[in-house]
Amino acid sequence: MKLLELTDVTIQFQRDEQTIIPVEGVSFDVKEGETVCLVGESGSGKSVTSLGVMRLVEFEGGTISAGDIKYQGESLLTKSKEEMREMRGKDIAMIFQEPMTALNPVVSIGDQIVEAISLHTELNKAEAKERAIKLLGSVGISEAKRRFGQYPHELSGGMRQRVVIAMALSCDPKLLIADEPTTALDVTIEAQILALLENLKKEMNMSIVFITHDMGVAAEIADRIIVMYAGKIVEDGDVYEMFDDPLHPYTLGLLGSIPDVNGDRSKPLLSIPGAIPAQSDMPRGCRFNPRCAFATQQCLEQEPPLLAVGNRKVACWNYEDVQKAKPTGEVI
Amino acid sequence: MVNLEKTALELIESPRKPPVLVRVKNAKKYFKLKKGIFSKNQQYVKAVDKVSFEIFKGETFGLVGESGSGKSTLGRVVIGLHEADEGEIYFEENEITALNKREFQKVRKEMQIIFQDPSGSLNPRMKVQELISEPFDVYTKMTKKEKEEKVATLLEKVGLGVEKKLSYPHELSGGQRQRVCIARAIALNPKFILADEAVSALDVSVQAQVINLLKDLQKELGLTYLFIAHGLNVVRYISDRVGVMYLGQLVEVAETEELFDHPLHPYSAALLSTNPVADPRKRKEKVVLKGEIPSPANPPAGCRFHTRCPIAQEICKTKVPDLVEIQEGRQVACHFPLLTNSKEETE
Ligand SMILES: Nc1ncnc2c1ncn2[C@@H]1O[C@H](COP(=O)(O)OP(=O)(O)OP(=O)(O)O)[C@@H](O)[C@H]1O
Ligand SMILES: Nc1ncnc2c1ncn2[C@@H]1O[C@H](COP(=O)(O)OP(=O)(O)O)[C@@H](O)[C@H]1O
Ligand code: SF4
Ligand code: SF4
Ligand SMILES: [Mg+2]
Ligand SMILES: [Mg+2]
Repeated sequence: MKLLELTDVTIQFQRDEQTIIPVEGVSFDVKEGETVCLVGESGSGKSVTSLGVMRLVEFEGGTISAGDIKYQGESLLTKSKEEMREMRGKDIAMIFQEPMTALNPVVSIGDQIVEAISLHTELNKAEAKERAIKLLGSVGISEAKRRFGQYPHELSGGMRQRVVIAMALSCDPKLLIADEPTTALDVTIEAQILALLENLKKEMNMSIVFITHDMGVAAEIADRIIVMYAGKIVEDGDVYEMFDDPLHPYTLGLLGSIPDVNGDRSKPLLSIPGAIPAQSDMPRGCRFNPRCAFATQQCLEQEPPLLAVGNRKVACWNYEDVQKAKPTGEVI
Repeated sequence: MVNLEKTALELIESPRKPPVLVRVKNAKKYFKLKKGIFSKNQQYVKAVDKVSFEIFKGETFGLVGESGSGKSTLGRVVIGLHEADEGEIYFEENEITALNKREFQKVRKEMQIIFQDPSGSLNPRMKVQELISEPFDVYTKMTKKEKEEKVATLLEKVGLGVEKKLSYPHELSGGQRQRVCIARAIALNPKFILADEAVSALDVSVQAQVINLLKDLQKELGLTYLFIAHGLNVVRYISDRVGVMYLGQLVEVAETEELFDHPLHPYSAALLSTNPVADPRKRKEKVVLKGEIPSPANPPAGCRFHTRCPIAQEICKTKVPDLVEIQEGRQVACHFPLLTNSKEETE
């Protein structure tokens, strides 16, 4: 069943005279119990999309100017501010990249979790405290009772991120949105956190939207991958199919850019020439065309829509050429 | 073949090795910690604690380890940005640690550095051509025309169009700024470049461009790199040999393929197993380490890794394992190296 459904969502910011549109016409859904990874390079609109789902863009001066976001079949856009506040944390929880920003530096970690619990449940203080300690234990914080009274600065980065996860999970959300929760951490700690999320997800039958720019991390945890480029979704599909047979030239380039553990080190890495375009000079036609080895005349004039190919989706006029070219790997 | 008698230091003197460019002997760098109200004794962060290794001419030596393990500090000690508290650093035949300021300036010209954050190391008020010709102003007496020509050549070498010479840093993308830093670094024809997380902040597609550039330049100019990064795939791709650091010390040094195929130190094994592999069919069992890296101000006694090591024995708590060469070209600091050579051994 579809838990979350975005249809043609456009998000914009007004800066002085200028309108910035970091996310344009984005559609995707998240099923129950599914882990969806949102990938793409810096500035492609991943974070803004996720803030849109929580309607948090409104706090940053942004608006969802078109489209609809449905949670369990109900539109989130018609909800009042109070109803949204009620949902955040309870139904949909979010974790950010830098755990310090999510924690209050002058309140002990235990009290912060108790606060989150009290906000959304009827539990009394003692019950909330008991639940908080249990949660700290379940995210792998040893001696949870003693640590309950500690302040964020007394913890390491990895432990802080665990506390943030404990807080996010305090009310059994059905959907967890995690924006690069491990990017600031070492691989050893990242592995601990990914394993933790995996276990918790199974236990609680949660859905996860996981934002990352690391295809390696996506390969580890995703059921499905959504690739964003310059504010648009360019490919959406099953993780195995996408790695085996990327349809979009950008996905192909992203996969080729990763130094492969078993790859031939004497060959240069495939790379995508150029860089993501600035908002102010978005190319006409397909937004990827200045960097694309498959571009044809049509690409310079018409923007490709996101269309279904089997049970996947791709926004490219020439995806069949991409599929043909892939085995040789020498196109980019 | 296994010769536990020989210490790493003795091996440094051994004759059959390729020519050495940089040689580090017993380098130590401690930082003073602020004194707490209740503590009587001055405490130190043991950022680099008795490290010895060497970098061969023309190779890329990769350095990996968790954050805070001392990689950057060691790199800075090597090129003299930090003065070592103890130990000796040799660059070619010069002992850097014994040179006076003027003599050091000369050697320093041969050693350059590229940092992670390209905007942090570029003056925002200078144009690209000024940024790139700055080293010439400091170290040479080139004429204006000579400088202009040299800047044009350098821009071309690092894959930037000549028209970019009039841009300011904020008008460039992250990858382009890193190219400017690289142009500056190679401007004076150095022999050695320290790249400290030089590609870590770049998006993968751009990262690949810069890595390819670094490799091409190495071939063309005969450069030697000390390449520090926490991204293991990147280090594997670019390095000839790799050193693994843990809590201020080198725990393993090996040729890249050897290390990644079968790490001998339990920490290397755990670190490598946690590396995300970009292949969903290879989701693998990981050696998820217990706990976090201990404080470098107060490292565990004996083997520093014993508090997290899955195969630690009693002796590890008290006896420090030395870094010894246990196979040709392979040094490991562990009482029980994983010699039966498969990653699964540690699980
Ligand atoms: N509050 C804001 N006001 C104006 N523009 C914004 C705002 N937040 C984001 N943007 C712009 O929207 C675009 C997309 O940003 P977003 O943070 O979603 O990128 P991202 O894909 O999450 O990148 P990263 O990988 O760097 O986190 C960028 O061009 C960014 O500058
Ligand atoms: N200038 C400094 N003053 C005090 N402590 C420092 C300084 N530079 C590094 N350290 C400390 O030394 C240790 C090693 O740091 P660093 O070399 O930066 O590690 P890495 O590069 O491996 O992340 C850390 O505990 C760090 O906090
Ligand atoms: S539509 Fe054209 S330019 Fe865009 S990705 Fe496909 S081939 Fe490339
Ligand atoms: S010396 Fe002992 S504790 Fe240290 S890595 Fe080896 S086995 Fe583990
Ligand atoms: Mg983001
Ligand atoms: Mg560092």
